[in-house]
Amino acid sequence: MSQVILDPRVAPPFPKAALPVLRNPQLRKNVAHATDVIQAKRARLVAEKTDWQELRTAAASIKDEALANLDGYLQQFEERCVAAGGVVHWAWDAAEARRIIIDILREEQASDVIKIKTMTSGEIELNPALAAAGIEAIETDLAELILQLGQDEPSHIVVPALHVSRSQVREIFARKMGLENLSDDPQTLAAAARTFLRKKFLSVPTAISGANFLVAETGSVAVVESEGNGRMCLTLPRTLITLAGIEKVIPRFKDLEVMLQILARSATGERMNPYTSVWSGVAPGDGPQKFHVVLLDNGRSAILGKHTERQTLRCIRCAACLNTCPVYRQTGGHAYGSVYGGPIGAILTPQLQRLEHAQSLPYASSLCGACYEVCPVKINIPEILIELRAQVVNKERKKVARFADPMYLGMRAANWFFTDSRRFRFAQKWARIGLRLFTGKDGWIHSLPSLGAKWTMTRDLRGLPQQTFREWWAEQPKEGR
Amino acid sequence: MRASLFITCYNDTLFPETGRAAVRLLERLGVTLDFHPKQTCCGQMHANTGFRSEAYAQANRFVRMYQDAEAVVIPSSSCVAMVRDQYPGLMQELGTPKLQEQFRSLLPRVYELSEFITDKLGIEDVGAYFPHTVTYHASCHGLRGLHVGDRPMRLLSKVKGLELIPLENVDRCCGFGGTFSIKNAEVSSAMLSGKLRDVLSTRAEYCTALDNSCLMHIGGALHREFAGTRTVHIAQILASTDATSAEGVA
Repeated sequence: MSQVILDPRVAPPFPKAALPVLRNPQLRKNVAHATDVIQAKRARLVAEKTDWQELRTAAASIKDEALANLDGYLQQFEERCVAAGGVVHWAWDAAEARRIIIDILREEQASDVIKIKTMTSGEIELNPALAAAGIEAIETDLAELILQLGQDEPSHIVVPALHVSRSQVREIFARKMGLENLSDDPQTLAAAARTFLRKKFLSVPTAISGANFLVAETGSVAVVESEGNGRMCLTLPRTLITLAGIEKVIPRFKDLEVMLQILARSATGERMNPYTSVWSGVAPGDGPQKFHVVLLDNGRSAILGKHTERQTLRCIRCAACLNTCPVYRQTGGHAYGSVYGGPIGAILTPQLQRLEHAQSLPYASSLCGACYEVCPVKINIPEILIELRAQVVNKERKKVARFADPMYLGMRAANWFFTDSRRFRFAQKWARIGLRLFTGKDGWIHSLPSLGAKWTMTRDLRGLPQQTFREWWAEQPKEGR
Repeated sequence: MRASLFITCYNDTLFPETGRAAVRLLERLGVTLDFHPKQTCCGQMHANTGFRSEAYAQANRFVRMYQDAEAVVIPSSSCVAMVRDQYPGLMQELGTPKLQEQFRSLLPRVYELSEFITDKLGIEDVGAYFPHTVTYHASCHGLRGLHVGDRPMRLLSKVKGLELIPLENVDRCCGFGGTFSIKNAEVSSAMLSGKLRDVLSTRAEYCTALDNSCLMHIGGALHREFAGTRTVHIAQILASTDATSAEGVA
């Protein structure tokens, strides 16, 4: 079923990856409907908070404080987590994180592992590595389960199966769970998933989770979720491994007061999310008796060192930027070629790839600014998109192949005209003459060659007027001016 | 009151009627205008596409050109947003201390047209007459960049004969985004198609905005579809009076 590639190293460029979605009316309907619903709920709950802007400021400064002293807070987290009976591992990159996790599972002699709330495991492509090591990964988040059974990939940060409709879920469950007469009634579908998952919760002794927050002060991990399946994963197994990016750390326990408020409202449009699990290390006789935390860098510390881009690491993965984005609304998440889609993915993925891949993503935005407006931690996404575009251009413009590229040629030429008004007037005159060739009797241009064809594909362009403004101005009487 | 008109590169070349309307409108409101003949572009296209040093070269010209202006009025919210949001970074990175100082002093004197009329001139009723149904598209840069709020609507609501019809999803981007409309032409067109649906469902005769860039995009598709609804820059509506019909839209 899935031709979706969420590996930025091999995924097609965004404009190309978007095409199958643009031609899929069902998918576009699902995405538009789901984002409309979440956005409306979010807007209502944000509007009732009179101190929303103050909360945003507070959340941004909590994350900034953590990022400014990241080494210290991570060490503090490690110290407190170890003191509470946990084991902390440091992973420089995806390969090291995979190796650490597989080693732990081998030591546990695990043949399978249940998983919850870990997009980061998608980032490091953990599941294929587990399969290669002979360990079956079982997704227990309902949406992730749907995708796993349907051999599909997540398309949204908070609602991973947002692009899948209820009847598609019914079809997947019926086929994979052997339930021929399953109806597409939501309760029936949920019950089928519950029966399927309960067996796993009760029989699989190892689990992998992600983390929403790591608390330095107490060495605690916090996971928020809506289903309770996370709670099962976090409490029933004998051994729990939490995989977390290093940017997840916050300084103090009381910072959760701010973060949990803005996260629930921004992500799902709820005053409080249904299940919030916070634990510190191991509690003897209660819950997992072995607890590992894998702290993942994988490109994050390189982002930390950059003034503008550093804001990216404030992200709490609420996906409000996806829900409001007019581009995401058309394309859904798969077009971004990474587990992180939408505006945040457009800035995060290229940075995690050190701009060696995913160079089309910083351009996958009209810079409309809707993402910045809703971001609960005030990440100026348009500013970072522009910064990354500049880095792409600086890298590309040195290449010989780019010299004759129409975009690069055009940009260099435009600057030559724009930096001298005589040259600019000359260009205006010649554009007027040149475009006459393409201008119809109605005074409009309906078809242009080369890059212009990308415009006239769906829009006309009015032919150039006989007189520019500056020519008109020069003819006006000067008295009184 | 004296003001210098920065007409912008594409208004100069593609939409001179907007510039002429801005002149008629502002002179009617008692403003003495000048037009610096060496002006070209604010640098937005280069900045937004990633050509930073080129964008700086143009920003540099802009700042030096207008350092003595009492006010600079620009009939385009995205060009003003370029000056407010992107010039500071460009100046800090590439500018000399002298240019940075000149920029700091110039910045508060740069106005988008509707801001200039409502805030600087303190006028809402500009004495315009435009007997048509009109819907207003909130350009992203005006809305979220400049936070112009309801200034354009206040101006439009005082225009005699004008019936303002609200636009659904007024805050949603039309998909233009400069070179985005070329680089991501298909996605841009998909966004535009939603905007057209909203514009056409108003059944308004005209769609207006603060920016001819959005209007060129929306208008280009309306023309392609023989839709009947036309686009017109807000300056042309505000310039039109009983005596003169809106130039270029009659």
